[in-house]
Amino acid sequence: MAEKVLMKGNEALAESAIRAGCRFFFGYPITPQTELAAYMAKRMPKVGGTYLQAESEIAAINMVYGAASAGARAMTSSSSPGISLKGEGVSYMTGSDLPGVIINVQRGGPGLGGIQPSQSDYWQATRAMGHGDHRLVVLAPATVQEMADLIFDAFDIADKYRTPVMILADGMLGQMMEPVTLPEALSPEDLPAKPWATDGHKNKRPHNITNSLYLTAEDLEDLNIERYKRYEKIEAEEQRAETFLTEDADIVLVAFGATSRICRSAVRAARDEGIKAGLIRPITLWPFPSEAIVQTLDTAKAYLSVEMSMGQMVDDVRLVVNGSHPVEFYGRTGGVIPTPDEVLSKVRQMASELDSAKGGE
Amino acid sequence: MSNTLNVVLAGFGGQGLLFAGKLLAYTGLIEDRHVSWLPSYGPEMRGGTANCSVCLSDEPIGSPLVLNPDALIAMNQPSIDKFAPEVTQGGVIIADMTLIGSVPDAPQATIIELPATQMAEDAGFKQLANIICAGRLWAETHFCKEETLFKAMEKCVPARKANMLELNKQALKIGIES
Repeated sequence: MAEKVLMKGNEALAESAIRAGCRFFFGYPITPQTELAAYMAKRMPKVGGTYLQAESEIAAINMVYGAASAGARAMTSSSSPGISLKGEGVSYMTGSDLPGVIINVQRGGPGLGGIQPSQSDYWQATRAMGHGDHRLVVLAPATVQEMADLIFDAFDIADKYRTPVMILADGMLGQMMEPVTLPEALSPEDLPAKPWATDGHKNKRPHNITNSLYLTAEDLEDLNIERYKRYEKIEAEEQRAETFLTEDADIVLVAFGATSRICRSAVRAARDEGIKAGLIRPITLWPFPSEAIVQTLDTAKAYLSVEMSMGQMVDDVRLVVNGSHPVEFYGRTGGVIPTPDEVLSKVRQMASELDSAKGGE
Repeated sequence: MSNTLNVVLAGFGGQGLLFAGKLLAYTGLIEDRHVSWLPSYGPEMRGGTANCSVCLSDEPIGSPLVLNPDALIAMNQPSIDKFAPEVTQGGVIIADMTLIGSVPDAPQATIIELPATQMAEDAGFKQLANIICAGRLWAETHFCKEETLFKAMEKCVPARKANMLELNKQALKIGIES
């Protein structure tokens, strides 16, 4: 087995992307993701790839569009304000059915916000990364190891369904070091064929076009309907979540990324006090892992969404629970990281409310 | 309770506290434990102070941000003022008294007052006070095997600075024997 190394999350994302066959990286510096671009600047030339610091985030995402059109595995990364700038390009990629990977190492917002960790781009990532009818597959790692592993899945899903995929990380995961075993590098022949790519027809086939402009309404409608059939397939096949002590849990916490780690500690502490708590950690944010929540509906008494935001994913939890159970929220925002003790206090409060409700029956 | 050590290393930027934290993290990597290392990267870093959190544990690590350290290495006054009261019951504080005027009350912890910067200067390597403190922390807590500590140093010092390796090892020994 490969040796374990200590790496920052940002660096693991970069190294692993190269191992997953990414040979084109277009970026622009912004805290807290800059180590990713810096790593790419050093490593890409050594593997015959292209690192380019674009003149802006908008230019970078459009370069990803270009490289993806030509059939390459291409990637860009940024942090929240820079990701907003990429929205137009992501929508164009979706409209042109182009695969590619976008990494958001989130920081506090809105506006320029701050530079400390945040999860307040959940809505942007899962609802409105660009204009038009579209979905974006969003993966949420919680450890440096998972950052290295999920990059492979991100490129595979992108190629399989011809869609952009986002990895939604945060400043804590990007900056922290943990031991990681890097996945083995793919060789070029491991990568999927892309017969649709605009890589030169050499007079052997009709020419390919990548385009998102369709002026005939019916044509555009047909394309959108076809794309949503692919989304249905993604929802059916790609939902991922990890569960922790949920089988007998009265209070089920739902948390992703850095926050899920804090919740895991809180769940353990709650169990030590005799409170039956558990945790569902969505790994795919879209498709949201509804199935994992549905499986707990018969046993759980209440749900708690914990986020580094004012409350965004809690909407998705409520959509799944659909009024059958109370769904509460706890969060810190602006770059403040919740502590396990704060989450535990909220769990305690919910447990005592459940107890008194039972007493009243 | 699992065997866990949560450490905060804090001081001015340039004192090598992030590096010393990395040394601690590498000992965990070598002994195949769960490890996390989280630097401060906020405005405080740009303003001249730097700190990092290191967790060494036999269990998966929850939050890598250490708010209540079991061990604190503090190398300036603002850092000891900020973190000493947060140290856990029975914890250890290593205070570089060359740079700290007064240690705030922290009756819950064992306070080791060490003129680390002066000791480093006397030994001829002023910039290695961080490692002297790390050595002393090891002597107080034995957070890994002694040989692991030196192996970790070999991993931390980059090849292009190989000449620094012996000095770093000497600094560790000075800290351990202080």
